[in-house]
Amino acid sequence: MGAAVFFGCAGIAFGPALALVLLTVAAEPLRVIVLVAGAFFWLVSLLLASLIWFISVHLSDREDAKLQYGLLIFGAAVSVLLQEAFRFAYFKLLKKADEGLATISEDGRSPISLRQMAYVSGLSFGIISGVFSVINILADSIGPGIVGIHGDSPYYFITSAFLTMALVLLHTFWGVIFFDACEKRHYWCLGLVVASHLLTSGLTFLNPWYEASLVPIFIITLCMGLWAFFTAGGSFRNILKCLSCKQEDHSRVMMYSALQVPFED
Amino acid sequence: MITFMNNSDSEEEPCNERTSLMSAESPSVPSYQDGLQASEAGEVQAHRKRRTGSSRSPNNIADGEMSESGVPVRESTLENEEEELTLKYGAKHVIMLFVPVTLCMIVVVATIKSVRFYTEKNGQLIYTPFSEDTPSVGQRLLNSVLNTIIMISVIVVMTVFLVLLYKYRCYKFIHGWLILSSLMLLFLFTYIYLGEVLKTYNVAMDYPTLFLVIWNFGAVGMICIHWKGPLQLQQAYLIMISALMALVFIKYLPEWSAWVILGAISIYDLMAVLCPKGPLRMLVETAQERNEPIFPALIYSSAMMWTVGMAKPDTAARGPSQQTWDAAEDGRENHRSPSHGDSQMSETRSPVPTRPITSLEELEEEERGVKLGLGDFIFYSVLVGKAAATASGDWNTTLACFVAILIGLCLTLLLLAVFKKALPALPISITFGLVFYFSTDNLVRPFMDTLASHQLYI
Repeated sequence: MGAAVFFGCAGIAFGPALALVLLTVAAEPLRVIVLVAGAFFWLVSLLLASLIWFISVHLSDREDAKLQYGLLIFGAAVSVLLQEAFRFAYFKLLKKADEGLATISEDGRSPISLRQMAYVSGLSFGIISGVFSVINILADSIGPGIVGIHGDSPYYFITSAFLTMALVLLHTFWGVIFFDACEKRHYWCLGLVVASHLLTSGLTFLNPWYEASLVPIFIITLCMGLWAFFTAGGSFRNILKCLSCKQEDHSRVMMYSALQVPFED
Repeated sequence: MITFMNNSDSEEEPCNERTSLMSAESPSVPSYQDGLQASEAGEVQAHRKRRTGSSRSPNNIADGEMSESGVPVRESTLENEEEELTLKYGAKHVIMLFVPVTLCMIVVVATIKSVRFYTEKNGQLIYTPFSEDTPSVGQRLLNSVLNTIIMISVIVVMTVFLVLLYKYRCYKFIHGWLILSSLMLLFLFTYIYLGEVLKTYNVAMDYPTLFLVIWNFGAVGMICIHWKGPLQLQQAYLIMISALMALVFIKYLPEWSAWVILGAISIYDLMAVLCPKGPLRMLVETAQERNEPIFPALIYSSAMMWTVGMAKPDTAARGPSQQTWDAAEDGRENHRSPSHGDSQMSETRSPVPTRPITSLEELEEEERGVKLGLGDFIFYSVLVGKAAATASGDWNTTLACFVAILIGLCLTLLLLAVFKKALPALPISITFGLVFYFSTDNLVRPFMDTLASHQLYI
């Protein structure tokens, strides 16, 4: 407890997200708008899911603990499905916006590609989802207290932080895969994304048995990451080229005109 | 109020930066009138500059090089390009407004969460005389509605008074009122704020040091806001006084009254901006008739004005951009420095652009700026601050309101680009904010708390 736990857990949970935002999103106004609008869509989906859960709880017997737990599982599942539905709705909106931007621009190309929007929207869903899951826990971690004094796990904070990090990254990857699947109409991909989201959420029900929940979730994150990388057009050759930092293309352009800046696509 | 300002891109000329006391540099062309929103709430105004319309006359007068036949063709292409540029720059404008609004909200939320003073109940303003400490819910609701009615009528009366003063050219009175209220904000409220912050962190400060700090802060603030100063310093001061004002509202408005007032203010804003006989609209029209900027001092501006030394054909006139915000002795203010505007106008009517018509293409690369009224900042911050203060220690509600307000602002700017006329900034944002506040506090919070207690993630 205290500042060390707060800063450590906040860093674990939001470090990658913050780095991604600062390096890729913050400089471009259009991406920032896509980020905030994505957060809005996620919030609306959460609102609807909470409404459904709230109504179901109030219509049921409050004393029955098992029933309440079952309703919680039901609420979580509904929330996951609604999140994916709103991701689809956001895809539709962004597609229309993309077409609009393309028509009004000078050279017929929109200033932001659908792939970039997929990435930013996934990141936005991830950030807002992570923040809503963990911010109250972080706020509590500043104050005094003893974790797990009633028999719960003493690793609550650190595991929450790692789970949040995984969730942020997962949403980013799901965003990329989802949008690409919608573009190319690979509906089996869509189904896989929804299924993996449900699986991830379901695995968290195994908490505090962290070996069974955290490890598989991170394996899923890794797999989704690789899938998203290949979906976005990455390949082994790209990685090698990026790591070797070769300047071949530039030298070719310089042959023609020393004064021209190479036009980057 | 959002105003697009076109500034000169001429680096080679000596240019003086001035602060955002400038209104938009757009000329007031009769075919392109913007209604003015004002009042304590503040509005969003779009004021796009018609370069074709504006640049034609001075060119004809000054250059004499333009042929009449060349103008219509150029005009249509320029209009299309203007469309593109408005939308292209649209995203940048949104971000230019996101940043200050976010900063203001961060200051307010940080203060609310750390300094106890602003969440303690210590009396009420005289504008909300009915107490909410009543036993029954119905009585409490009635009291809050009555409080709202009183507050809104005070605001309306002040706005009408301001319009009358402006109409009958009592500039000195308005100017004095403005200076008095910003004096009070910059000195008295800052003193109280500083005192409470020091108390919270148990920092001892002696009176001489305090006097020095407050004096410097206040004096520089007065200069920056009412006269000249670096743009970013002026922006910072405007954000700070908006935050201080919002904190006062959060402290002294009782709970239910605050929410009802927020709702009522956005409805009033909507009506005042869109109804033809509203006082604010009359204010705008009067200002446009007289061809002078109105109330430049209480508007947040995000771009620089390049005034002296510009040899551009379109620096003919300034369109009005207005933000009125009636203030009572408690610190709502009417800021206006029309004398300032007049002096600016005389400078920019500097003669003879000797460049040929090709300078019009250069206009497309000019910087465009945006303006938003300070009343908007204040009420956004009041909403988020109230959410932070009263949502049972929950950060989710605060964040949900924050996202809702930003999206409302984004949508308003989008509507602005579509309709190209003055629009109120409050209704959409406040509506989203209120909806998200109540639903997050009552529906989402129990759901997320229950999930978190089992360490479940969705």
